[in-house]
Amino acid sequence: MIKRVTFKHKWLPYALLAPQLLITLVFFIWPASQALYYSVLQQDAFGLRVDFVAFDNFAYLFSDPTYLESFEITIMFSVSVALMSLSFALILAVMADRVIKGATAYKTLLIWPYAVAPAIAGVLWYFLFNPAVGINAWILRAWFGYDWNHTLNGTDAMLLIVIAAAWKQISYNFLFFLAGLQAIPRSLIEAAAIDGASPLKRFWTIVFPLLSPTTFFLVVVNIVYAFFDTFGTIHATTRGGPYGATNTLVYKVFNDGFIGLDLGGSAAQSVVLMVIVITLTVVQFRYIERRVEY
Amino acid sequence: MAELQISAVEKVYPNGFKAIHGIDLEVADGEFIVLVGPSGCGKSTLLRMIAGLETVTGGTIRIGDRIVNELEPADRDIAMVFQNYALYPHMSVYQNMAYGLRNRGFPKDQIEQRVQKAAGILQLDGLLDRRPRQLSGGQRQRVAMGRAIVREPSAFLFDEPLSNLDAKLRVQMRVEIKQLQRRLGTTSVYVTHDQIEAMTMADRLVVMNAGVAEQIGTPIELYDRPSSVFVGGFIGSPAMNFLAGQVDTDGRHLLLGNGARLALPADGAPAEPNRLVTIGVRPEHLAPAEDGPLRFEVELVEHLGADTLLYGEASAATGGGNGDKGGLVTVRLSGHHALAMGTVLGLTAEPAQLHLFDAATGRRL
Amino acid sequence: MVENRPWLTVFSHFVLILGIGVVALPLWVTVVASTHAGEDLLTSPIPMWFGDNMVDNYRQMLGSGMQHVSGQPLTLMMFNSLVMALSIAIGKIAISLIAAFAICYFQFPLRMTCFWMIFITLMLPVEVRILPTYEVIANVFTPLTKLLNLLGMEGTEIVLPGITIDLDLSMLDSYAGLTLPLIASATATFLFRQFFLTVPDELTEAARIDGAGPLKFFRDILLPLSRTNIAALFVILFIYGWNQYLWPLLVTTDPAYVTIVMGIQSMVNVADIEPQWNLVMTAATLAMLPPVAIVIGMQRLFVKGLVETEK
Repeated sequence: MIKRVTFKHKWLPYALLAPQLLITLVFFIWPASQALYYSVLQQDAFGLRVDFVAFDNFAYLFSDPTYLESFEITIMFSVSVALMSLSFALILAVMADRVIKGATAYKTLLIWPYAVAPAIAGVLWYFLFNPAVGINAWILRAWFGYDWNHTLNGTDAMLLIVIAAAWKQISYNFLFFLAGLQAIPRSLIEAAAIDGASPLKRFWTIVFPLLSPTTFFLVVVNIVYAFFDTFGTIHATTRGGPYGATNTLVYKVFNDGFIGLDLGGSAAQSVVLMVIVITLTVVQFRYIERRVEY
Repeated sequence: MAELQISAVEKVYPNGFKAIHGIDLEVADGEFIVLVGPSGCGKSTLLRMIAGLETVTGGTIRIGDRIVNELEPADRDIAMVFQNYALYPHMSVYQNMAYGLRNRGFPKDQIEQRVQKAAGILQLDGLLDRRPRQLSGGQRQRVAMGRAIVREPSAFLFDEPLSNLDAKLRVQMRVEIKQLQRRLGTTSVYVTHDQIEAMTMADRLVVMNAGVAEQIGTPIELYDRPSSVFVGGFIGSPAMNFLAGQVDTDGRHLLLGNGARLALPADGAPAEPNRLVTIGVRPEHLAPAEDGPLRFEVELVEHLGADTLLYGEASAATGGGNGDKGGLVTVRLSGHHALAMGTVLGLTAEPAQLHLFDAATGRRL
Repeated sequence: MVENRPWLTVFSHFVLILGIGVVALPLWVTVVASTHAGEDLLTSPIPMWFGDNMVDNYRQMLGSGMQHVSGQPLTLMMFNSLVMALSIAIGKIAISLIAAFAICYFQFPLRMTCFWMIFITLMLPVEVRILPTYEVIANVFTPLTKLLNLLGMEGTEIVLPGITIDLDLSMLDSYAGLTLPLIASATATFLFRQFFLTVPDELTEAARIDGAGPLKFFRDILLPLSRTNIAALFVILFIYGWNQYLWPLLVTTDPAYVTIVMGIQSMVNVADIEPQWNLVMTAATLAMLPPVAIVIGMQRLFVKGLVETEK
């Protein structure tokens, strides 16, 4: 927590902390408390009166079918992104851990998508799947006879943002899986090989269980990512459509707040999101604390 | 150069733990004092209090004619050599040595001159541009010394400076530090847990135990007249043998628990009869003798070349007593002795070489 | 490798190459599309090899931009992105360094309170407090005036002898508004705190004996020791700053402050007509170029930064 050796000074520590505390107070704690405050208020249609409505906004929220649908969409989206990205990254990491020749080159070629902005990732895949000129859409039509159209078909639109979001996250997962794999003692694998376990069996009985802390950590990180960092991916492409098929919670809070100007409702949504982030953060920290004991 | 005076110094940590229980110590100008004791005895804490790295919660510390209790470490005119050297890893050897002088606003040419001089003394001439990680353990140790001597402080403080070196280097550096200190004549306080280091380097040593100075004196004083069982056992290697016993009714003999009867020093005053005591005798002071009062069965022999160490059980030569086996005893014989395991020897000790301690308090009688 | 199974090695390489192919496909198509003229990309299948319109596309986008959308040249957008990325990276590192230094190296009242206040920002990403944060940016004195109102003081100015401070400062459409709210970061503070805790205490003590006070110690010892951590964090934060999307979208309406990542969406979401894909892909390529170059060029630092910020 603190160094054994410390300095003594009356005001210096406060001066050093002041910039961070000031920004935290003005841009984090104040707005968050405002969101809490607004979430129990309701503004009338003309913006003239503000009433205290206690938990009405929340009650309304959880009885609103579009909100519940958005919740479902978000969960489905997050789970799909995490699953797709993690499994793809795990396969690549296991292979990269096996090869000796060209390992660095493979790594370099796999990590760059991390640097691509979520919004740009969205645009890239939006183009690839563009019904008129996209190469992927053309392949689907020409080879599989499937008429892809994410502007009309909700499932296609959902798949599009799942692919774009998962693609960007592969690098991250790959790096952590590879580090996790390389941390497994070689002698364990060798012992299993001497015990006659085939490579596939070794993976499922030795490697995968030993990798589980990394996997768990990545599942949480991926879900946080899919929940909160994919706004750009959606806003730059499907804009929540068609017909709300890709209207995730974060997109909805933006839409209702900025476009719909629903103060209380948007604040209540913010509060729900806060609860989700806090839960995920706590889970993550719990896990990290546990890992320290290992 | 300065004297160092420690009076009734105490250290109580905020959690209530009392690490130092009132220590008095006067260090003469130019003297080399070693604080020695097992880990946790408070020796490092005392040193760090002198350095100003720990607050003093009671008593006073005086360096030269100033009470330094409230002074910052930098203002106490001391230099310290740390166990892990604490060299700044990103600075060259030269910069490491010059840093303290630069902070004190020394002019460039004077820094240059002092660093070059120290480098000459410590044979670091060719290494001034190197980084600490490019140096060997012994060289790092020298740089740490150099950082201390360029300052030309009133006192050097050493916190187990040799414990990170291998055995051979440790002996060599021990000699170097001692010679350097002689040459510079700077008052020094040196902390170690190694009693050989303590014995060989100290002008006087302070044996500490559980926050208390058990005994302060020259190495020979401590070796010859340990003031307690603790000091007797701590100083000297292999350690002093201790046997439980009782003063005989005549006051001139000791009855050991194992039934043996030993004569007390003739010049000493007759001890109080029947008093329970602990008798200490060093391994080198036990000698084989046909008719000795102790019967010793050899269980293990160690040939050290110059000496031979015998380990075994001692009992009364005449039998009897309360049937105690007596306990493990170490005997040190000089030269080679081909003794088989199981050999039985008679042992004797000069009365003058016996140390008597109170059985309850462990203090010397 | 545990045992010699040549076919397995071949299979591994095959899977890896296939994986790279899938991962790299969007990049390939994007770069290729950015070298074609607009009419080449109107009919499917579009060409998969480079065209000869590259110079024109890039010259047009960098020089004047897409006229019918925003009309801002990409040089300006990229400059804005650069300002934003650099300010966020440098600002975050600077304030996190000194905050972590205060938390680790000083014992002072309210230390834990400060620590928790910083810690809590982990749980409050921009996305969950959009509207109120926007209000603050529209007038950074909002918290102060609202608090004053609560205490019964009306008005939007503070009158002191000699000066009047007008409590109305909008940060909309400014670099400050773009960057300041993103500068506070618990992650960076934690990273430095973690690192400071591993710096041996003896170095601090040696520095104290050498006559260095807290600030000198910070400048002469701690800062040079943190160099690699700072560099690694810089790589991560530069990418983070460059890739910001939601925040610039909220606080900038003036085209002069549009960043490239945010600007592209207006080129894609054009009403009723097919976007000019060759130009959109030119913009996308340019938007990816700086962060991707940094990740590949500084791979070692990037990996270090990534792993350590997640600890």
